Amino acid sequence: MADVIWVYAELSDERFTPTTLEMLAKAAEVGKAEAMLLGPAPDDAAQTLARYGASKIYRSADPLYRDYLTLPAAETVAQLIQKHSPAVMLFASSYTGRDIVANLSARLDCGAISDVGDFILKDGSVEATIPALGASYQNTSTLLSQGTKLLLVRPKSFEPRINEQPVSVEEIQAPSDAALQKVHMKERVAVKREGPQLEGAKTIISGGRGLKGEENFAMLKELADALGGAVGATRAAVDAGWVPYSMQIGQTGKTVKPDLYIACGISGAVQHLSGMKTSKFIISINKDAEAPIFQYSDFGVVGDVFKVVPQLTEEIKKRKGA
Amino acid sequence: MNIVVCGKVIPASSVTIEIDPNTKRMVRKGVTHELDPAAASAVEEGLRLTEKHGGTVTLITMGISDVTIGIRNALAMGATSAVHILDDAVAGSDTLGTAKLLAAAIKKQEFDLVICATESSDSYSGIVPGQIAHFLGVPPLTFAKEINVDGSKITIKRQSESGYDIVESMLPALVAVSSGINEPRYPQLKGIMAAKKKEIRVYTAADLGLPAEQVGEKGAREKVLTIGRPPKRQAGKVVTDEGEGGKQIADFLAEIKVI
Repeated sequence: MADVIWVYAELSDERFTPTTLEMLAKAAEVGKAEAMLLGPAPDDAAQTLARYGASKIYRSADPLYRDYLTLPAAETVAQLIQKHSPAVMLFASSYTGRDIVANLSARLDCGAISDVGDFILKDGSVEATIPALGASYQNTSTLLSQGTKLLLVRPKSFEPRINEQPVSVEEIQAPSDAALQKVHMKERVAVKREGPQLEGAKTIISGGRGLKGEENFAMLKELADALGGAVGATRAAVDAGWVPYSMQIGQTGKTVKPDLYIACGISGAVQHLSGMKTSKFIISINKDAEAPIFQYSDFGVVGDVFKVVPQLTEEIKKRKGA
Repeated sequence: MNIVVCGKVIPASSVTIEIDPNTKRMVRKGVTHELDPAAASAVEEGLRLTEKHGGTVTLITMGISDVTIGIRNALAMGATSAVHILDDAVAGSDTLGTAKLLAAAIKKQEFDLVICATESSDSYSGIVPGQIAHFLGVPPLTFAKEINVDGSKITIKRQSESGYDIVESMLPALVAVSSGINEPRYPQLKGIMAAKKKEIRVYTAADLGLPAEQVGEKGAREKVLTIGRPPKRQAGKVVTDEGEGGKQIADFLAEIKVI
């Protein structure tokens, strides 16, 4: 019998997050994919999960799961794991995913593996690959505890795949215990972002500490416009307050995989590299010839970003106009 | 308001990390250590809250004797006292073992609020704060980019994919702060002098009531099987700008058919 792999499904703006669909593809490849969907969701949500490979869905539309964040969800998942013991349960390395896994791993005393890029399942034991962060080490790890193995999966680790399954949906009851309602989500605030989104952008122009200030991001925007791309940033630039967190690429920001990534004034700290090093082509401009980013670049220019970038933008405009 | 800050002291950013092939763990002994910048932000947040509401800040850390330098740094920033879990038996603890030890040490303190960094800068698992909250039986408020305390009510701005959520709970609680929540202060000479006289209480696993088989390598659920450097991405061509750098990039873009 195929191993049962559960996927915790997450929505963002009424759509499943890409990582949810990526995990379903992997789960269906390794075994029998089943999904858990807690909280309000669009009407066609279950069909979408089935189209991406889920053959069973555990479902509750109770708003409790949205209004009290992750404690009620962790309670429900813990009960279902104890009842059905799937071989593996996958969660995205997201805010929600990490919170639920933290709670579950403590409550079930089973531990968990974070930042998983791939895994294999052999006779009920799991062997997970945790890809290196930039210049650090890559490792493979296993969980020695009995029962369901909890894995937090790094975004963009797998390709989502249409793989329609006949599906059954089991409605479940939300827990009513007041102790689970201690963390109250009062308001959800969306921060408006200008220009193309980083997620899904084919071209990303990114700026780091070398940009020296907020005002110089306009220069990157101009280059991004010329190439039809989006602008990103390193944690250093975000922490300095030059650009909002929504633009942060790296371990504690977004993971991106564009066709073209142009790193401007970025040294290539491990924390940043982990969020962009799988880009198809990487070009970098930095004044320091020793900057680690050059080791990851297909083409690098040692020079002043304030000279090279405007010249590049001009040149692109000229050649496109020609 | 009494605050406990859980913070890690890690090999300094200038140190090249080596792995011990036998234990498959990072070599920490004899390496220069520093207070993790993520932990410094957690300490800073604790100091700001006690400056506003009164009370104490206690730093709790776990690690070998080499980490004392980072503990002194937190005390020099202004933390009231510190707790050091120092025991060979805890080496090789996984996230769960770490969380059990920290939770047991926190329970020995009087606290209204526990502040953690979301993740340490040397291992990034990001799940220890939530595990601690479970063991303490307090609500976890995670990914906080702003904290406000009003009486026994605590409100945070919690980072979300599309912006932030306003999340409320009651004390006692645990908050995990995101990086960049603040700019940690540098210790001043006066603070550095004062830190030398501040108390560091040392606990072993046994002091915390945790049997050796529940912590360290023995108690770990997570086991590293292999560790090594991944194949390097083939570095491409690097040129020095002599006035034509932008044009050379444009040539490369044409070569890969982007323009």
